[in-house]
Amino acid sequence: MTDEGLDRRRFLGAIGAGAATLGADVADAAEPAPIAASPAADPVAPAGYQFLNPDEAAFMEAFVDHLIPADALSPSGTELGVAVYADRQLAGAWGKGARMYLQGPWRKGTPNQGWQSPMAPADLVKAGIAALDAHCRRVAKLPFERLAPDAREETVAALAQGKIELDGVPSKLLFDTLYALATEGLFADPIYGGNRDKAGWRLVGFPGVIATHAQDIETYRGRRYEAEPMSIADMS
Amino acid sequence: MATKLKPVDVVIVGMGWTGGILAKELSDAGLTVLGLERGVNRTTEPDFSVPMIRDELRYAIRHELYMDVSRDTLTFRNAARETALPMRRLGSFLPGEGVGGAGLHWNGQTYRFSPSDHRLRTRVTERYGETFIPEGMQLADWPMSYDELEPYYDKFEYMAGISGQAGNIRGETVEGGNPFEGPRSRGYPNPPLKASLSGVMYEAAARELGYHPFPRPAANMSRAYVNPDGMSLGECQYCGHCENFGCEANAKASPHITVIPAAQKNANFSLRTQAWVTRVDLHPDGKRAKGVTYTDVRTGEEFEQPADIVALCAYGLGNVHLMLLSGIGAPYDPETATGVVGKGYCYQLTSTVQTFFQDKNFNPFMGAGSLGVVVDDFNGDNFDHGPHGFIGGASIINATTHGRPIAYRPLPPGTPKWGSQWKAAAGHWYGRAASIGTQGSNMASRGNYLSLDPTYRNAFGQPLLRMTYDFTENDFKQSAFTTRIAHDIGRAMGPTHISPLAPKSSSYSIVPYQSTHNTGGAITGDDPRTSAVNRYLQSWDVSNLFVVGASAFPQNAGYNPTGAVGALAYWTADAIRNRYVAAPGPLVPA
Ligand SMILES: Cc1cc2nc3c(=O)[nH]c(=O)nc-3n(C[C@H](O)[C@H](O)[C@H](O)COP(=O)(O)OP(=O)(O)OC[C@H]3O[C@@H](n4cnc5c(N)ncnc54)[C@H](O)[C@@H]3O)c2cc1C
Repeated sequence: MTDEGLDRRRFLGAIGAGAATLGADVADAAEPAPIAASPAADPVAPAGYQFLNPDEAAFMEAFVDHLIPADALSPSGTELGVAVYADRQLAGAWGKGARMYLQGPWRKGTPNQGWQSPMAPADLVKAGIAALDAHCRRVAKLPFERLAPDAREETVAALAQGKIELDGVPSKLLFDTLYALATEGLFADPIYGGNRDKAGWRLVGFPGVIATHAQDIETYRGRRYEAEPMSIADMS
Repeated sequence: MATKLKPVDVVIVGMGWTGGILAKELSDAGLTVLGLERGVNRTTEPDFSVPMIRDELRYAIRHELYMDVSRDTLTFRNAARETALPMRRLGSFLPGEGVGGAGLHWNGQTYRFSPSDHRLRTRVTERYGETFIPEGMQLADWPMSYDELEPYYDKFEYMAGISGQAGNIRGETVEGGNPFEGPRSRGYPNPPLKASLSGVMYEAAARELGYHPFPRPAANMSRAYVNPDGMSLGECQYCGHCENFGCEANAKASPHITVIPAAQKNANFSLRTQAWVTRVDLHPDGKRAKGVTYTDVRTGEEFEQPADIVALCAYGLGNVHLMLLSGIGAPYDPETATGVVGKGYCYQLTSTVQTFFQDKNFNPFMGAGSLGVVVDDFNGDNFDHGPHGFIGGASIINATTHGRPIAYRPLPPGTPKWGSQWKAAAGHWYGRAASIGTQGSNMASRGNYLSLDPTYRNAFGQPLLRMTYDFTENDFKQSAFTTRIAHDIGRAMGPTHISPLAPKSSSYSIVPYQSTHNTGGAITGDDPRTSAVNRYLQSWDVSNLFVVGASAFPQNAGYNPTGAVGALAYWTADAIRNRYVAAPGPLVPA
C-alpha cells in the first residue's frame, strides 16, 4: 500500500482542519496572499473539504480531472478548484435538497417524470461514489482514482450511458449530477470556489460580470470582443 | 381559528403581470384593492444590483427567483394510465414567486396572437372543413375577437414600452414589420433593438428564401422610456443576463417597476406579501365568493380576507389549482369529456437548430432577452395547411439572448462531452455558433388536463395540482414541418456545420426547460358547459370571481403568451370597472 493515491489520502486524513498549506495541493497558490497585496486576484478557495471524506475527495478529484484534464488550454479540474466547488455545493443547501420536493411516497417513475430518488443530491452523490467505488474494485480491483486512463474513460462513458448497475443509485442520475457539478465548477463565478483565475471563462471568451454592450453590439458586430473577464469579487 | 380581517372591494391573488394590471386599473377606479402575494417583495435597488445579480449559478441554474417546489409543486404523468409523481425539482417550466411574478425574470418577447388565433375553430372549418379537425382535439374559438382586444393589446404594449417594428397599421402594410400580423391602431412605442450579427445573417437568409423576417417585439427598452402611467424605464445594455434575472437597469418591463408602483400611488391600494392564499371561500349557495383565506408564511397564522370581488391572478396553473381546491366549477373528466375546470391544458412544442461558422464571431454574451429576428410565414393561418395535415404552426426565430457559459456551450454534433477535445471544442465554437428555434402551437386534446392529485400534498396539507399531459400527433406534425423550415433557413446562412433535424418527436418530459408558457385549465368561452369563464374571464359559477391569465386560452398559439395575457388583464379590468361594478352579477347570461 505505498501507491501515491493512498498515501495522499492518508495525508489528507491526517492533517485535519488546520492544514492551510493544503492549498498547494489543489491550487497554484501555496500561501494565501494577503487580499490587499493583490486586489485583482480571485479569492483563494480555502483548502480542505467540508463534505467529502478523503476517499470521496480522491474520487472527486480524479473524476473532475478526467473531465477537465490539464492541457495547453487550462490546468486540471482539481487545480481550478472544481472539486472544491463540488464539495461546497454538496455541503450546502443545494446538496441538502433545498428547493426540492422530497416527500414520499416513492416510486421509480418514468424518465419523463424526472428525479424520483428519495435522496437529496448530497446523499445521492455519497451513495453513488461508494457504489461506484465498489463497482471499480469488483471489476478492476482498484478504486476509480487508480484506474489507468483508458479504464477510467471506459468507466465514465459507461456511467454516462447508464450502463453500470450501481447498488441503490441510478447510474445515469449519478453521472448527470456529477457532470453538472463539474461543468458548473468550471464555469460558475469563482466566488463558489471553482473556475480559479476565471480559467473557464478564458477558455470560451466569456467576459464575465461587466456587461454594458449597448454600443458594442454594433461596434463589435462580426469582430471578436476581447476583455479581461471580471468576476463578482473583482467588482465588489 | 382564522382571524377575520376588514372587508375590501377587491382582493387580488398574486402580484405578477395580471395582478399588477388589475391593481392599477381597479384602484384608479376608486375601489379599495388588496393584493396578496405569496412571495417576498424585491426592488431593483438593492436586489438586482451589479455585480451580485450577474450570477448565473444562483439565478439561472439554482433558480433563486422561482417558486420553491419544496413547499408546493405539481404531480405529472404523460397519460391517465400512469401514476402521477411529483415534479421534485423545477425543469420544464419555471413559475415565478414574489412581487412582479414571472414578469421579474421573463425575457420580454411580446407578441399579439393573430386574428385567426382568436377564432381558430371557425377559421379552420372555413378553410379546410370540419373533418380536418382530428378526433379528440378540442379546438375552440375565443369568445372575443382580435378587434375587440386590440385596444387592450395596445395598452399593454405602451405600458410595457415594447420595442418593435409594426407590420400592419390600420390595414396598411408597413415595410420591415410582420406582414401577417393583425391590424394595430398605431406603431410600437419604441423602435426595435439593434440587431446582432446572427440576426443580420438570419434576416438575409430568410429574405433570400422569400420569407418575411422582422425584429422580435421586445419588452427590453431600445431607448429610455416613460410610459403613459409616468413610470420610467432605462435603456437596455444587451448584458446577456435577462431571462432568470432581475434587470439592474430597469430596462426590462416588469410589474415591479410599472403597474405595481403605479397602483401604489393610490391610497386605496395595499399590498401584503408572504401571504399564501389557500382557498377562495364561498357563500353557502356556492354562487358567490365571500373572500379568500390565506396563511402568513412568516408566522403560519391564517387569515380570512372578505371581499366583494375576488380576482385570481396566480399564474395559469395557480388559478386552476385554487379553483379546484375551492370547489369552484365542475372539474373536467377526460373519460366523458365533461366538466370544465382543468380542461384545455396546453403547452408548446419547441425545437432548435444550431449552426456553426468557422470564420465568424458572434460575441454571444452581447444579447437581450428579446433580441432576435422572427419569421412568421409558417405560424397560425399564414400558410396553407391543406397538404400538411395539421393545425397550428410556429414562429421561427433567431435569438441572441445570452452566452452564459454554464448553460451556453454549443458544440457541433459528434463532439465528445469531456476531455481535452471537449475543452478545445467548447472554446472554439462558443463564439462561432448561431441558433434558430421554433416556438410551436399546441392544441387542446381530450386527454390533457389538470386535476387534484389523490396522494401528494403541499406544505399547507392540500392536494397538489396534477398534470396529465402529452404531445399529440397533430403537434408532432407541426414540429416536423416548422423545424424543417428552420433547418433550411439555417443552411441558407452558409454554416460550416449544422445540427441534424431534431423536431419534437417523443413524448413530453417535465425535465428539460422548454418554456413557461402553460395555458388553459380555466378556458374562456360562450357556453358554461364547455368553458370555465365567460368572455370577461368571469367564472360562470361564481359571479364575483374573475380568473385572469393564460389559464383562459382555449389552446396555445405559436407565440409567447404575455402580450395576450396582458391584453386579457386590461380587458377584464375594464369589464369590472365599467360593467360589473355598476351591476354586480353575471355579465353574460348562462
Ligand atoms: C424564465 C421565463 C421567461 C419568460 N419569458 C417570456 C417571454 O419572453 N415572453 C412572454 O410572453 N412570456 C414569457 N414568460 C411568461 C410570463 O412571465 C408570464 O406569461 C406572465 O408573467 C404571466 O403573468 P401572470 O400574472 O399570469 O403570472 P405571474 O406573473 O407569474 O404572477 C403570478 C403571481 O401569483 C403569485 N401566486 C401564485 N399562487 C399564489 C397564492 N396561492 N397566493 C398568493 N400568491 C400567489 C405568484 O407568486 C406570482 O407572483 C416567461 C416566464 C419565465 C418564467
